[in-house]
Amino acid sequence: MNDTVLQGVNLTKVFGWGKQKTIAVDHVNFEIRAGEVCSIVGESGSGKTTLAKMLLGLLNPTEGEIYFQGKKRDISTQRKKREYWKNIQAIFQDPYSAYNIFNKIDTLLLDCIRMRGDFWLPREKKIELMSEACSFVNLEYKELTNKYPFELSGGQMQRLMIARIFLLKPKILIADEPTSMIDACSRATILDMLMKLRDEVGMTIIFITHDIGLAYYVSDTVYIMERGKIVESGSADQVILTPHHPYTRRLISDVPKIHEAWDLSTVTYSGL
Amino acid sequence: MGKVILEVRELSTKYVTRFGENVYAVDRVSLKVEEGKSLGIAGESGCGKSTLALSLMGYYFAPLHYISGDIIIDGQNISKMHPDEVRRKILGKEIAYIPQAAMNALNPTLKIINFIEDVIHAHDPKVPKKEIHDMARQRFEELGLPAEVLQKYPVELSGGMKQRTVIATSVILSPKVLIADEPSSALDVTSQKMVIKMLKDMMEKGLVKAMIFITHELPLLYNVTDDIMVMYAGQIVEQGTAQQVVFDPLHPYSKGLMGSIIVPESGVRDVKLTAIPGAPPNLKRPPQGCRFADRCKYVQAECRVQSIYMREAANNRAYRCIFPEEQLRKVYQNE
Repeated sequence: MNDTVLQGVNLTKVFGWGKQKTIAVDHVNFEIRAGEVCSIVGESGSGKTTLAKMLLGLLNPTEGEIYFQGKKRDISTQRKKREYWKNIQAIFQDPYSAYNIFNKIDTLLLDCIRMRGDFWLPREKKIELMSEACSFVNLEYKELTNKYPFELSGGQMQRLMIARIFLLKPKILIADEPTSMIDACSRATILDMLMKLRDEVGMTIIFITHDIGLAYYVSDTVYIMERGKIVESGSADQVILTPHHPYTRRLISDVPKIHEAWDLSTVTYSGL
Repeated sequence: MGKVILEVRELSTKYVTRFGENVYAVDRVSLKVEEGKSLGIAGESGCGKSTLALSLMGYYFAPLHYISGDIIIDGQNISKMHPDEVRRKILGKEIAYIPQAAMNALNPTLKIINFIEDVIHAHDPKVPKKEIHDMARQRFEELGLPAEVLQKYPVELSGGMKQRTVIATSVILSPKVLIADEPSSALDVTSQKMVIKMLKDMMEKGLVKAMIFITHELPLLYNVTDDIMVMYAGQIVEQGTAQQVVFDPLHPYSKGLMGSIIVPESGVRDVKLTAIPGAPPNLKRPPQGCRFADRCKYVQAECRVQSIYMREAANNRAYRCIFPEEQLRKVYQNE
């Protein structure tokens, strides 16, 4: 199994202790192959974002190991962490809070070029790279230069985020609910671009979402997460069309459909 | 045909910016909702859906201004009323509104029950507390919400529960019309389903007589409402039953919208999502002709010359395009 890029063994994250102890991620195992699009699906509080943060190296796991390209991940120093981040990048849910509001868009894109190690390139070459990245996501560099992120719409900001990814070309992209804050029409555009990244750059994409319909549309492999545990996994067709676990079935029944009737009688009011 | 609860005739409203420019966000919108029916409004962000919802309440405050048209709720024309009168007599009693992030409407320093007291006292300061408590408990139980929620502070409730609390509070005075503006977009799918179930229950139990439901999630709209209107750049571009609009859209814009539907059903993976390129026009200077012309695949020279009017189609439908129905169908078939 040489093409496994990311592997988690018994990953666990516990917040708090004693009475307050919460097991957010509970002995999770997975193996993600290069060029694969996989989704982690679960409702709020199922631990999917905590898992993503551990993969990104923003949180330390309480227990378990992460293997990156067959080797144990080492991010013990800042330098090693930066090196790791060249390989793994993320797009977050809320584009409005993902940018530094004081930096112009040029600064943002130039930072990406510097992170690639292309700091020494002449100015014209950098502009060429930035224009290429912008046109990849249907944005016009000429219109963006000298602007601040807040001058863009939500959909444009999210696309600019993808332009960043295009410049950095990481091996793995973690997309944490990339489309939940933007409307359905821009959603199609964003998804198209992510798929283009996969096809043209050969990126591995990990989708994190609560929308099982979206997961079904984009992914090859689906992992269903409930209260920190992966309860079902397999190919998208297998999991969505013939679900075995009751939780998966419930998630599927919670999404409105158009060809089958949507059964509202299964709703049980629970919790506060 | 049932009794018409809400009728809107040629309603136009605008925003006035700091620089005195007019933004025509709602342009001659007409609609009718019958008793026991719900109407869905679809469209992308910035097309005027939420402004229409605000305008329907008849309570105008800067920067939103009324231009012309009538809003008639159960035979009563509210469009000429003074805003203060509207606030006292109409809002909450005749027409209620659930805003987009409704859960943020709760006051964090008040228990839910005290919040409800405030709401009712705004309409009638003389109602005794005991009566309000009984009323609130009864309404919450009717809607399947536990009564202990009333004694809690908003921070103690989950997002979905807060949302349902706000909805229950908004119908406490039994309004005739309920306007729900993206009531479930901030929630995960499970809580979303609870909210939808609750809205449906309210319709069935007759707590509200008619509902207007606004969202960009088409599968949701299809499952909740009887009729759908598609809005683009402040105008209605298509109207018909939910079935007609979702499965057999006529207007090129609706056609594009339907291409963005994602549902977990077999066959979805084989269909490529279609996105509509470009952005809606600037409504400070709305274009002369068809407002969708710049983004339309089938645009002709004459589309841009004069304003396009709603065209009647078979089965009580209407759409805003220069092409006749047969021609549009033929074009779609050849794709």
